Amino acid sequence: MVRGWAVLSRRAMLLAFLLLLSGCGERAWNAPYPSSEAKSNTYYSSFSERPKHLDPARSYAANEYIFIAQIYEPPLQYHFLKRPYELVPLAATEVPKPHFLDQTGNALPDDIPADQIAFSEYEIVIKPGSRYQPHPALATRDEGGFLYHQLTPETIAKVNVLADFPETGSREVTADDYIYQIKRLSNPKLHSPIASIMAEYIVGFSELSSTLGSASSGAANGKAGESEFLDLRRFDMAGVTKLDRYRFKIRLRGKYPQFVYWLAMTFFAPMPWEADLFYSQPGLEKRNISLNWYPIGSGPFMLSENNPNLRMVLSRNPHFRGERYPDEGEANDAEMGMLVDAGKPLPLIDKAIYSLEKEGIPYWNKFLQGYYDTSGVSSDSFDQAVEFGSGGEANLTEEMLARDIKLATAVETSIFYLGFNMADPVIGGDSEENRALRQAISIAVNFEEFISIFRNGRGVVAQGPLPIGIFGSRAGLDGVNPVVFDVENGKPKRKSLDEARDLMVKAGYPNGKNAKTGKPLVLNYESASAGPDSKAQLNWMRKQFKQLGIQLVIRATDYNRFQEKLRKGTGQLFMFGWNADYPDPENFLFLLYGPNGKVDHAGENAVNYDNPEFNRLFDQMKNMDNSPKRQQIIDKMVDILRHDAPWIWGFYPKGFSLYHGWYGNVKPNLMANNTLKYKRIDPEVRNQRQQSWNPPVVWPLVLLFLLLVMTAIPAVMVYRRHERSAAR
Amino acid sequence: MIAYIIRRMLYAIPILLGVNILTFVLFFVVNSPDDMARMHLGMKRVTTEAIETWKAERGYDKPLLFNQASEGVGQLTDTIFFQKSLKLFQFDFGSSDSDRDIGYDISQRMWPSLAIAIPVLLVGLMVNITYALLIAFFRATYIDIWSVVLCVVMMSISGLFYIIGGQYLVSKLLHLVPISGYDTGLSAIKFLILPVLIGVIGGIGAGTRWYRTLFLEEINRDYVRTARAKGLSEVVVLFRHVLKNAMIPILTGVVVVLPLLFMGSLITESFFGIPGLGSYTIDAISRQDFAIVRAMVFLGSVLYILGLLLTDISYTLVDPRVRLS
Repeated sequence: MVRGWAVLSRRAMLLAFLLLLSGCGERAWNAPYPSSEAKSNTYYSSFSERPKHLDPARSYAANEYIFIAQIYEPPLQYHFLKRPYELVPLAATEVPKPHFLDQTGNALPDDIPADQIAFSEYEIVIKPGSRYQPHPALATRDEGGFLYHQLTPETIAKVNVLADFPETGSREVTADDYIYQIKRLSNPKLHSPIASIMAEYIVGFSELSSTLGSASSGAANGKAGESEFLDLRRFDMAGVTKLDRYRFKIRLRGKYPQFVYWLAMTFFAPMPWEADLFYSQPGLEKRNISLNWYPIGSGPFMLSENNPNLRMVLSRNPHFRGERYPDEGEANDAEMGMLVDAGKPLPLIDKAIYSLEKEGIPYWNKFLQGYYDTSGVSSDSFDQAVEFGSGGEANLTEEMLARDIKLATAVETSIFYLGFNMADPVIGGDSEENRALRQAISIAVNFEEFISIFRNGRGVVAQGPLPIGIFGSRAGLDGVNPVVFDVENGKPKRKSLDEARDLMVKAGYPNGKNAKTGKPLVLNYESASAGPDSKAQLNWMRKQFKQLGIQLVIRATDYNRFQEKLRKGTGQLFMFGWNADYPDPENFLFLLYGPNGKVDHAGENAVNYDNPEFNRLFDQMKNMDNSPKRQQIIDKMVDILRHDAPWIWGFYPKGFSLYHGWYGNVKPNLMANNTLKYKRIDPEVRNQRQQSWNPPVVWPLVLLFLLLVMTAIPAVMVYRRHERSAAR
Repeated sequence: MIAYIIRRMLYAIPILLGVNILTFVLFFVVNSPDDMARMHLGMKRVTTEAIETWKAERGYDKPLLFNQASEGVGQLTDTIFFQKSLKLFQFDFGSSDSDRDIGYDISQRMWPSLAIAIPVLLVGLMVNITYALLIAFFRATYIDIWSVVLCVVMMSISGLFYIIGGQYLVSKLLHLVPISGYDTGLSAIKFLILPVLIGVIGGIGAGTRWYRTLFLEEINRDYVRTARAKGLSEVVVLFRHVLKNAMIPILTGVVVVLPLLFMGSLITESFFGIPGLGSYTIDAISRQDFAIVRAMVFLGSVLYILGLLLTDISYTLVDPRVRLS
């Protein structure tokens, strides 16, 4: 009997082992995805942090756009392939052109000066036939009425995720939904980050905001987490008018050409009132079912699994209206294979799975194993992935090339700068001495070296506030900052330290000592990071100032205190950055516009720079269309800035990303967030390579087992001898 | 014993209150309600009005601990501390500052934490005890000496090294299990093998040394000598007599950590991408979500107090001489 059980048990173990092997047959053992998905047309990527907001009225972060930009469809988008960045229709039939009106509503000619324009009107026509993704908020009964708009507490108690509602519905997107969303932006309870800027321009925005604030607080005392349906259809916004089922117009105060860029962001995506009503039912928010977590869009994808603790899954929206891959791009796009899919219906993939990956090491290894299709290049893995050629060009290492991994690089539309607080009496202000001091420091702080040491060459030294590719920035030698660089042999060369020292003399600090008192010049550098990683950077910074005899005191603190110092203007020097909202010079030059000063106006001008001439030119430039005249004004503004040197212009970061050979249609587009629909995957190739790269290596386990047995043998022998020996 | 338990539970109230005050003070020394609002509203284009509204909606517009504008009891009750902390004693964790239900999140995230912590505890206990008994059996031989050296070496190595080394060896070189990730149901097993293995190996050094000391203390007692004199085999002596009598200190160490298994491991969960309570706490700290930090610290304190109480009770079960009064 015992022997029978032993045989049975051995057979069961063998069966289990075979089952285990059979389960692993389709995929490598270390594959983190189910075997059933091995050959699926799925894009695999990761996210490192739970997105805070998925509500298009609130979301304003890159890690949130990864998801919602694929789900929601605003009226416009950026062309995937064309450069410079060009707006093209998405949900709209065309990019709207503004019509200008005077104070009494009479039409004005298109070329009228901006100061004579009282209002601009944008008429937006949306494409008919666009439908929302399947969603319980739109589920209807056969006899009419919505299925889930009057949920009982008992029903809600059984619901944990949105998928627990078995029925879904859909309907056509109409102009009303776009108008509804614009009204949502004005709702103070939603804290839309663009509410303040829209209130400046959209007629009636502020008024509706006040009305909704009162209505909202009256109904729910403004308590967070308490649901309350505020039917925005009952309220009007004077500047937003419905013309018919597919047309509406937006009236702005004055001229604001940058408005069309906002129309390419998800803030202006349609929102059905049914969703607002559905999610506001008491008890749903308590169960984490809210518009902030479960989007409802009309774009190519829908969020089919929302588990930010584990993974987020986007799958095709079955009701997507259909869009085609672009059939034109830049001159060399066809040669680069970017037009292979021209005219094909989008999206090209069926699903995208984003897994939570907090640490860089497992993320990088999974990419190398083929389990992520794309990867960034961190400093830790940079040397393994990239090497620089003799001409300074970035190339992939042999290891990467052997795996058919490819590299895409692009200079980002961002800038990192070292700011001088212009409200500070020592380094700020408009005096010639302080200006000379700032210019001297600008020469001494060598950002070419910084990029080389701390960013592995991933950056381009900034010559001014406008990143490459933004209208107004000048390429080549025309764009060189003459305050910091000379041109030698056709190349920019940083001015010598002797010139910087001469400027120090002019500033009243020969050899870094106050000419009157003889005391050394001590400047404070505010840093939001003090860990071991940043120590080398801070030491480097200290050395740059020491070249001029300036003692730099590092005042390291946490990010909150750092921000507080900027708000109060108590900092002296600090590193800061800006990432473009849209590709327009206004979005960078406003960072130095006086009325945007952080201390006095709580704006984004962190250095509190305020030059009346610059401000005047900014007012003139901001509402202009791109033209030679605008370029001239920008040139003047940049010259003023270079002379005043409120920033050391720092660098424009250069993004490096890696992708596997099976992943196609990769062209960095730093303005568009909705590019997932263009991406192509070859699942067959991916599966083959995953298998070949990850064969299970079992022999070390067998060896380990044998070693254990061998070491156990003497121990067993000793034990037996001990057991048989006589008592002592 | 019931009176003892009630008394211990009453003692817990001032302890928990103290922990709450300490957490509150430490958190708000570093973060002001304005900082919290900025963190949640984002860094770009945040207006002062939006910050004030955010604070008012979540009750962070009140004074921290003492409200001079109020009268009577209101001076203490109309404060952030009172409004936010009182409900914790009813185990109502409320909503996070990003409006998610904390109780629901905890109920979801404790399972992955337990899925790692329980196997690590049980397998680790088994391995450590067996190895310690083996060393005790071969005491004063080369096996004992080299085992102790090995244990000291293993104790000296950082837990992070085990994690990174384990991921490199088992997943990257041998391709045996996924390097990180998690799934639900039975699919979770292949993701748990490596963290559990690393957890067990990482604990061998300290655990074995501790148990070895306990067993060596017992092994020279008279009752062991008597058992041997009766002719019992060494295996029986060790596993039936020595182990049983060494159970009290073992229990002390084990029972006290039982409730804390819910809290998860901060580093392991982060490196393996496991959505447990450890990573939940870390995320909340980095997002400055006071509601979650406060709830997790409170929960940790309650569980620790519970662990101590369970340890006391378990004494009475394994040692009849111990009476709780």
